[in-house]
Amino acid sequence: MPDATKPPLVQVQGLKMYFPITAGVFRKHVGDVKAVDNVSFDIHEGETLGLVGESGCGKSTTGRAILRLYEPTAGSVKIDGIEIAKADERQLRRMRPTMQMVFQDPQASLNPRMTIAGIISEPLDEHTQLSKKEKLLRVYELMDQVGLNRTFANRYPHEFSGGQRQRIGIARALALNPKFIICDEPIAALDVSIQAQVVNLLEELQDRLGLTYLFISHDLSMVRHIADRVAVMYLGQIVELAPRDAVYAQPLHPYTQALLSAVPEPDPEAEVDRHRILLTGDVPSPANPPKGCNFCTRCPQVKPICHEIEPRFQEVEPGRYVSCHIYQDQNTTAGNTAAPQTELV
Amino acid sequence: MPNGAEPALRVDGLKTVFRTRGGAVHAVNSVSFDLYPGELLGVVGESGSGKSVTMMSLIGLLPQPPAEIRAGEVMFEGVNLRTCSPEHLRKVRGPGIGFIFQDPMTSLNPVFTVGYQLREPLIKHMGLNKKQAHARAKELLELVGIPDAERRLKDYPHQFSGGMRQRVMIAIALTCDPKVLIADEPTTALDVTIQAQILELVKDLRQKLGMAIVWITHDLGVIAGIADRIMVMYGGQIVEQGPVKEVFRAPAHPYTQALLRTVPSVRGDRAPKLSVIEGQPPILTAAPAACSFRDRCPKAFDLCHSQNPPRFEAGPGHDAACFWNSAADSPRAAPLILTEHDHA
Ligand SMILES: Nc1ncnc2c1ncn2[C@@H]1O[C@H](COP(=O)(O)OP(=O)(O)OP(=O)(O)O)[C@@H](O)[C@H]1O
Ligand SMILES: Nc1ncnc2c1ncn2[C@@H]1O[C@H](COP(=O)(O)OP(=O)(O)OP(=O)(O)O)[C@@H](O)[C@H]1O
Ligand SMILES: [Mg+2]
Ligand SMILES: [Mg+2]
Repeated sequence: MPDATKPPLVQVQGLKMYFPITAGVFRKHVGDVKAVDNVSFDIHEGETLGLVGESGCGKSTTGRAILRLYEPTAGSVKIDGIEIAKADERQLRRMRPTMQMVFQDPQASLNPRMTIAGIISEPLDEHTQLSKKEKLLRVYELMDQVGLNRTFANRYPHEFSGGQRQRIGIARALALNPKFIICDEPIAALDVSIQAQVVNLLEELQDRLGLTYLFISHDLSMVRHIADRVAVMYLGQIVELAPRDAVYAQPLHPYTQALLSAVPEPDPEAEVDRHRILLTGDVPSPANPPKGCNFCTRCPQVKPICHEIEPRFQEVEPGRYVSCHIYQDQNTTAGNTAAPQTELV
Repeated sequence: MPNGAEPALRVDGLKTVFRTRGGAVHAVNSVSFDLYPGELLGVVGESGSGKSVTMMSLIGLLPQPPAEIRAGEVMFEGVNLRTCSPEHLRKVRGPGIGFIFQDPMTSLNPVFTVGYQLREPLIKHMGLNKKQAHARAKELLELVGIPDAERRLKDYPHQFSGGMRQRVMIAIALTCDPKVLIADEPTTALDVTIQAQILELVKDLRQKLGMAIVWITHDLGVIAGIADRIMVMYGGQIVEQGPVKEVFRAPAHPYTQALLRTVPSVRGDRAPKLSVIEGQPPILTAAPAACSFRDRCPKAFDLCHSQNPPRFEAGPGHDAACFWNSAADSPRAAPLILTEHDHA
């Protein structure tokens, strides 16, 4: 269970990740894809923060920038009090073991020429002085933890099913006893029963080892299951952040409302009368976000002010943050143009 | 199932085996199904149950060896694709039968721009000139909801997000207006709003062009929303198929029943622990000589351990390969008919 009395394990503040757009033979810099644009959140030790949002909104990029797999354009990322965003190579190498990532695509992230034992022990080779025998014992221990049969140790990735491959990725991520794991769509390609197995496994490991997760997913029903709090992302920014039950019972941001209403029911009868908020209007490009609120081109409740002024990300109820003019208190927005998101979570 | 119409695709008794160092893997065991023009057939089933291998086998996309297609007929426009010439098969792929692969990164070419990969089939198969192909490519990217399409045509696959790559794959498959579209988990990385948009697009094409569609997915919500018929695979076989409403209302196979129970929802109460189907998937080292779900099945009785169940009728256009009659909650009384399964 998250311990709110300690300082948060992960503190992300004003994180920006821009990819340059170049043109012509001289690769002249003509603009930026603002994949992540001023994102701030905290994650407490032992907590799971779910990160949801539509395809291309910047979830994977956020994850990668936090772990410095990309060089962030701006912002601060502190893990266990240590600044990651500006750490040098040596510091970073020392930090690596405490933070791990389970990647979106298990197929592509496992080396097809290495055995399972080889893949799981790779981080041990790199970061520990364990003997060969100790390493093998640790590999077996990890395989037990994720429910993989030890006799599979010398097999190759293509001989496993999708669910088993995902477990190999999780075992490798656990090898160095990390405190914080970013899971990027860890279950998207699995059938529902195996999805449930993986989610139950992650929860069990969290209880046993006190792990902290950032769980990236577009599957709102699974996020509802695993997350303690949920952050909803749209076009590079977080538009709503709140405890799980609050988000699902009463979503505040019009985008969150539309997102939840669009989840199909596994029941053709219910499907017929499900009330869906259909989003129309252009999906803007992160290279050219609209003026005012990012969501103004598609928002069913759009007001004139939304085309002019960027809403602030602020706390509207204890623990509930939303970035929307509907909930903005008058005095903060009046005459305030494109207020920077200084409010911290 | 539209009555009287000729199926657009007819698959009969398909069997595919892999020869590996560790022995044979019987991935597809006597799979038969029909697909009608304008129909959307949803395919679900456990990871490793043979969904992808079935579809790859029927249009000759599996490298042989290690794969070996041992039996079966695949009829498309009066020709058996299993025995026709390789040239004919190449001509069918694309404009006849379009395919969206499960893993976009392995089928998108990393060294060509997305625009090039969209224009090429338009020029080659649809007879468009370069300029027309460019305009159509842009339109297709817009149709699958990728903003700033004009600029994105110049980008390479690695510059797209996971879900965007999937949408590029969908756009490429749609370049040739295929008669049959086989989509292998095309929307796993897509959020619900974009998924809804893609599904609308697909429904529209089905109506306008009479396209017949096979849609493989793990998302039962998607199936409930768009499919006419559903086919459930387990252990390399079709264990149940029928009209989608029927199968969701009264699933006849214990695997389908268990599958429907495991789906979490965003509405209603939140379960404290997710339910799973206990037990291990079958090992496919031999053709099934008994029911492959027996060890995980709450209804299994002696017959299930000695014979592989044939497909029994469970309702109009609805059948299930199970010796247990779920509707009557008793073993089947019907006399045993030997089917393909038994002399595999
Ligand atoms: N290396 C890159 N170069 C240029 N643009 C990039 C790069 N990586 C990502 N982008 C762009 O950044 C945006 C966000 O991408 P990201 O992969 O973070 O999305 P996502 O939320 O993970 O989406 P999905 O759910 O589809 O995986 C997209 O517009 C994408 O095209
Ligand atoms: N090249 C291969 N060599 C050996 N076995 C293989 C090969 N390709 C597939 N298989 C096996 O064939 C079986 C069916 O695989 P298939 O890819 O069709 O499953 P699927 O139903 O599509 O699963 P998923 O939902 O995970 O995509 C699996 O048991 C798999 O391990
Ligand atoms: Mg992603
Ligand atoms: Mg597959």
